Amino acid sequence: MGERVLMKGNEAIAQAAISAGCRHFFGYPITPQTEVAAYMSKMMPKVGGVYLQGESEVASINMVLGAAAAGVRVMTSTSSPGISLMSEGISYIAGSDVPCVIVNVQRGGPGLGGIQPSQSDYFQATRSTGHGDFHLIVFAPSTIQETVDLVNKAFDIGDKYRMPVMILSDGMLGQMMEPVVLPEETNTAKDKPWAACGHQGKRKHNVINSLYIDPNELERLVRERFEKYKTIQATEQMAEEYMTEDADIIVVAYGASSRVSRSAVDMARKQGIKAGLIRPITLWPYPVDTIKKVAKTAKVFLSVEMSMGQMVDDVRLAVNGAVPVEFYGRTGGIIPTPKEVYDQIVRLNGGVQ
Amino acid sequence: MVPLKERVNVVCGHYGTGKTNLSINLAIECARAGEDVTLIDLDVVNPYFRSADYSDVLTKEGVKVIGPNFANTNLDTPSLPGAISGAIEMGERVIVDVGGDDAGATALGVYSRLINEARPEVIYVVNRYRSLTTTAQEAVEILGEIERTARIRATAIVNNSHLKQSTDARTVEDSIPFAEEVSRLTGLPLLFTTAPRDVPLLNNKDRIHQIDVYVRTPWE
Repeated sequence: MGERVLMKGNEAIAQAAISAGCRHFFGYPITPQTEVAAYMSKMMPKVGGVYLQGESEVASINMVLGAAAAGVRVMTSTSSPGISLMSEGISYIAGSDVPCVIVNVQRGGPGLGGIQPSQSDYFQATRSTGHGDFHLIVFAPSTIQETVDLVNKAFDIGDKYRMPVMILSDGMLGQMMEPVVLPEETNTAKDKPWAACGHQGKRKHNVINSLYIDPNELERLVRERFEKYKTIQATEQMAEEYMTEDADIIVVAYGASSRVSRSAVDMARKQGIKAGLIRPITLWPYPVDTIKKVAKTAKVFLSVEMSMGQMVDDVRLAVNGAVPVEFYGRTGGIIPTPKEVYDQIVRLNGGVQ
Repeated sequence: MVPLKERVNVVCGHYGTGKTNLSINLAIECARAGEDVTLIDLDVVNPYFRSADYSDVLTKEGVKVIGPNFANTNLDTPSLPGAISGAIEMGERVIVDVGGDDAGATALGVYSRLINEARPEVIYVVNRYRSLTTTAQEAVEILGEIERTARIRATAIVNNSHLKQSTDARTVEDSIPFAEEVSRLTGLPLLFTTAPRDVPLLNNKDRIHQIDVYVRTPWE
């Protein structure tokens, strides 16, 4: 274990990627994630890697596709409007079955929106990051240390399933600082027999492609991909439970809003209110097993988000009518306060006894 | 006692070393000592956790705050108001909170002539736990980049080493040899070492300057 250092969330994303063996970064700066690119531009030359600022997000994500096709660990990073620009390329990456890590440090939207933190890209991350039938694996860290750990895991799981993985962060987690222990760099070279990295006349050439002329072949491939998604949904769900065992009121929150919600749950517990927190760590696959289990004993769920209510749909699907599911959120770059969430918990409890 | 001897004080350093929290503390100390003090937020790089974000508490304490025109809004536009030059030339006590690294120091360069004429104290803030400045050599290199960009030379070191909420007495004590090494390598005096007020006092307390923690996340 190394020494604890103080890092900004965005720097931690970049350093964690380098520690995970990423030597290729393509991106375009945008607030509030620019420190990822800035850090990469400083460090990549020192570790023999490539930092390249594309002329746009569209160019950058296609460079990611190229590097991923060649079998190297590659990452890009942007904030909300940048993901919209990258969506075509992300779909191509998913359709080509190549792994990469895509970071979204979310800001307020829609449109240019604002530069303050937000969680309003949940639908985009979990439902339709681009056109066509596909999914990304989506990780939602809530501390800087967890950001480091999940970036590392993102490269591994992406390689394992040959698919793009998104780190869904937000401006607050990107800009704030916390002490972290960085992992030792390990040998991450994976055998990728599918990669288009030069056959040297020793094997048949590999083709990385997402265009299929024969609709039957395309259907077969998409179905195969969805069989893989089923395995991922069954085995890769991650969530943290906090004081859920005897809880009547379950707050569900991820990322920055889960930090606020945890403080609110602590405030409620001090007043004798049985509140608990489920914090999804994977947003896709959504941790339905944890929600279903807790729904057997809880009386009501409250989804807390920095949006107008997006993840609440997944909570409702998982709870499946067993108990009521309510929503509280702030949007446009506003972070709910612990007191606001506490007041919602008190309301659902019918006051303080 | 206010630990500042010059009228114009510039606070610069690697970003994330705690310049803003230190600047807020110094400004409030001056105000509480009855001084007419102006805090200039010159950070045009960092969108969050900046002096102008703390205008409410600063104003209540009697500190005048001048920030970039669009600080605290959704406009990511580095536009600086004319009032900054006036304050540097004529303010009674001025504290300038500069953006991190050489990138942040670019805005300081605009005022280098005015500031140099005022014979300022230019405080280089170091944090031994901050990634990329954990060795004295690295800290000295970043200072060189800042000085070249800002066209202003540092005159003193402040050791603001901390690990956010995990800071304890050991965190502070262990950082002092690092700060002394930065002082030796640069030939600049080490003004003081900071410690959060709630950290129990240390062995060499005469060299410690206690500060409050204003820069926090919304859930702390």
